[in-house]
Amino acid sequence: MSSAPPIDAPRAPKPEDPYRLGHRAGGHGHGHGHGGHEATGHGEGGPASKWTITAFGFWIFLLSDIVMFSAFFAAYAVLAQSTAGGPTGRELFDLKGVAIETACLLASSFTCGLGSIATYKKNVLWTEIWLLVTGLLGFAFVALEFHEFAHMIAEGAGPQRSGFLSAFFALVGCHGLHVSVGLLWLGTMMAQVWIKGFRPPILRRLLCFNLFWHALDIIWVGVFTIVYLIGSGV
Amino acid sequence: MSDLTEIPFDSGDAAPGSEALNSHEAGGGIQGYLIGLFLATALTIGSFYIGATDWVWAPSIPVALIVLAIAQMGVHIVFFLHITTGPDNTNNVLALAFGIMIVAFVLFGSIWIMHHLNHNMAATGAMMMRGMP
Amino acid sequence: MLGKLDWSAIPFDQPIPLIAAAGTMVILGAVLVWVTVKGHWPYLWHEWITSVDHKRIGVMYIILGAVMLLRGFADAIMMRTQQAMAIHGPGYLPPEHYNQIFTAHGTIMIFFGAMPLVIGLMNFVVPLQLGVRDVAFPTLNSTGFWLTATGALLVNISLVVGEFARTGWLPYPPLSEATYTPGVGVDYYLWAIQISGVGTLTTGVNLVTTILKMRAPGMSYLRMPMFCWTSLASNLLIIAAFPVLTATLAMLTLDRYLGFHFFTNDAGGNMMMFVNLIWVWGHPEVYILVLPAFGIFSEVFSTFSGKPLFGYRSMVAATLFICIVSFMVWLHHFFTMGAGADVNAAFGIATSIIAVGTGVKIYNWLFTMYGGRVRFATPMMWSLGFMVTFVIGGMTGVMLAVPPADFMLHNSMFLVAHFHNVIIGGVVFGVFAGITYWFPKAFGFRLHEGWGHAAFWFTMAGFVIVFGSLYVTGFQGMTRRLQHIEVEEWRPWLYLSVAGIGVMIIGAFCQIMQLVVSIRDREKLRDVTGDPWDGRTLEWWTLSPPPHFNFAVLPDVHGEEAYWTMKERAFDMEQLAPEPKYEPIHMPKNSPTGFVTAFFATLIGFALIWHIWWLAILGFIGAYATFVVFAWRNEDEYVVEVDELVEAERERRAARAQWFGLGNPA
Repeated sequence: MSSAPPIDAPRAPKPEDPYRLGHRAGGHGHGHGHGGHEATGHGEGGPASKWTITAFGFWIFLLSDIVMFSAFFAAYAVLAQSTAGGPTGRELFDLKGVAIETACLLASSFTCGLGSIATYKKNVLWTEIWLLVTGLLGFAFVALEFHEFAHMIAEGAGPQRSGFLSAFFALVGCHGLHVSVGLLWLGTMMAQVWIKGFRPPILRRLLCFNLFWHALDIIWVGVFTIVYLIGSGV
Repeated sequence: MSDLTEIPFDSGDAAPGSEALNSHEAGGGIQGYLIGLFLATALTIGSFYIGATDWVWAPSIPVALIVLAIAQMGVHIVFFLHITTGPDNTNNVLALAFGIMIVAFVLFGSIWIMHHLNHNMAATGAMMMRGMP
Repeated sequence: MLGKLDWSAIPFDQPIPLIAAAGTMVILGAVLVWVTVKGHWPYLWHEWITSVDHKRIGVMYIILGAVMLLRGFADAIMMRTQQAMAIHGPGYLPPEHYNQIFTAHGTIMIFFGAMPLVIGLMNFVVPLQLGVRDVAFPTLNSTGFWLTATGALLVNISLVVGEFARTGWLPYPPLSEATYTPGVGVDYYLWAIQISGVGTLTTGVNLVTTILKMRAPGMSYLRMPMFCWTSLASNLLIIAAFPVLTATLAMLTLDRYLGFHFFTNDAGGNMMMFVNLIWVWGHPEVYILVLPAFGIFSEVFSTFSGKPLFGYRSMVAATLFICIVSFMVWLHHFFTMGAGADVNAAFGIATSIIAVGTGVKIYNWLFTMYGGRVRFATPMMWSLGFMVTFVIGGMTGVMLAVPPADFMLHNSMFLVAHFHNVIIGGVVFGVFAGITYWFPKAFGFRLHEGWGHAAFWFTMAGFVIVFGSLYVTGFQGMTRRLQHIEVEEWRPWLYLSVAGIGVMIIGAFCQIMQLVVSIRDREKLRDVTGDPWDGRTLEWWTLSPPPHFNFAVLPDVHGEEAYWTMKERAFDMEQLAPEPKYEPIHMPKNSPTGFVTAFFATLIGFALIWHIWWLAILGFIGAYATFVVFAWRNEDEYVVEVDELVEAERERRAARAQWFGLGNPA
């Protein structure tokens, strides 16, 4: 048990120690410094604005959400053939319904973008209108999906039937859950914009909502391709 | 509290998803959204269509579908999310690249490993059920 | 009305958990009474519970982690003594209780001990080192902490209400499926981890955004301190790995609650997929824990050797290399599960390669010390202890990475010894080094060196004895998680490991004494300089403890070692930099959002565990209402006026001038 040397010893640089404070052997660039201490302190301008910080943070969150979906996709890919004698995708999927769902979601992604432009132009009315249209299209998507699920369960092809159907319901249901949460968020956003107007925090939240909504559409592209199109027997 | 100046722009550092009406990038403004909508619609119709026809050699259809899906995701990222290759987007692109890399690890790693496990261990799943009615 | 919950949930027939719980409740009750009598509630509520200050949140994380570390240590003591007493006999713990203990030990140590300790240190240090005033999303930070606390609370409730899982810390199906484990144990595990996992994810998002978007002027990426780099890598891994954990546990939850067939052994389920997916998270998790510890060691070696970190850039490269490769090795946790030789070989090679990155770091630390004037303060002792033990742990890891060897060693005590070797020697020693290193920054006085050294030597010795003997039992063929033992040859080694844990108990006692004595002697140990260790990074630039806004004026960074450069400049010019221009600053307001959210999360978790559906719905409505109320705030910031900034900055400059021996700067 040795006691530590005096911690706050006076600054008395020993000349033989090249690393001591105040040592100036051979001018600049001692140690490893490629930056060199003559570089200007304002090379990078300090913290970014709240707008950029919020959007980037949400962007990071979205990527993590997509990683979560990738686990559900992986589970679906592994279990896609494990029908346990039950119905297969080819027998179950109704591509016409899926096409309508896809159209709804794609259109809502587009109207969401129009809303974003209206926000940028500081037009409350058009922002609200486009958000409402986005919400209605999103609601139509959820309703269609709900109908599809109810139909499948009624036919005895519920998630308890086989590993394949478990993975199907979990993956597609997880996406549907995201859209539903998005609708709840959208409603909250519309109320905020209506009552509070375009305050800076609300503008940031609108940007995050737009990112979220577009990302859901990207995930849906993966869902309809891998689950429905490839799964329905090509 | 209603002025355009409330949306700040950091020089050399763009927020993902920000509208960029005045720049000349491809995904800017309402025109960008229209182009995106058009491309995405075309790719979606293409995806649904090639499965239903014999235009494409049947065994290659899944590959074609995946290619179309990746193309459509790219369209969404560029025209709806405004992620570009510009220098102000470096952080956003790097984050996206990291995410894609992880997704690839999770997907392909899992499929590869599980395929081997199923194959070597003769699991109950695919192999035994395949012969069943 | 109360779902599955009734009086049979309380284990009246088992004295050990009842007495433990009664003791905990008495202590907790006494603390609550003390706080009430002394009238500390308003202080606690305003200054801590609703605080969004990253420093306060960091401290609370560390307190939570330390308490849970002791809780998990109690489990460890019970496991070691049970095994020593159960040679040719039943011991004192019945199997179903013993199984809960080893499950709780692993779960608590990883999720509620190590994670909060590491996250707490990152939370406290990273904004200070970056020279900024808070993290990117302060309220979210508070929410993340309280959600983690919720998870810890749920795990500990399981001690008396119901039971905990008996499946091991990763609940492998089919054992964890409802068919084979119908009780609430696994449900406690699932909801506790899901809720705290959300908290961890928010931390990841928060710190990545902070590091990438908020740095003091002039701090380019390659001027960031090493701890910030390793924190960045660790948090990138959090946002990449924790979603996979969430998804995997959600699948198991669906299996258990709604009869899905993800991992069942009938109807096409595939239980090996659970093992695959859980380790997609599980392997990056160990690097989430150990990378920040590597950062701490880098800071400590550099500071206490009085030299810049050797090979800074190679260290950055090695960190990022480990960050990415850690996502390509997860199969080595189940080599024996039947993947072919090609798959095993690929993952075995990747696992061996990851040791190269760590090896680079070890050499960098050695060369940092070489030629330096090494001061053996407590943080340095932990770091040196780490270096010695971690090399051994790393080498046994490379042995396990060789698939044919792994077929021999898999599931043995050798494996247990290996991962404790790296996690205690790496993460826990790192955390202890970090706590003693940054404690003066957080509280304004240093920890007692004598008790610190004693704690180090006892912990180190006990740790070597415990896990040295477990390595040997592993070679003798002992498998893990045995409730009783029938092999005579293991007896001496099991006795020795109990002796070792006795030494570790003395070490833990020394830690507590260190804290008590330091608080008693705080005036003698006071740090008036803000820079007690002759530090090199920006956290030592400000006062100890820092003002709530950290920096009155954001520091202007020149060169790689921001604060060291400033010191050199001041030393050269024989004066401080000219007094800056002050401007009022905006700071985030405190908010009860995090605490209230966690309250509803606790309700939701408890309700779902016991199938009290109405309560769960109520909890969700409450959580949504909290979200809306939070969104509706008009003012989320307050202004710190120039007067307060000037006062703090003058105090800092006076301290700094005294430190340099420059007289009063005025």
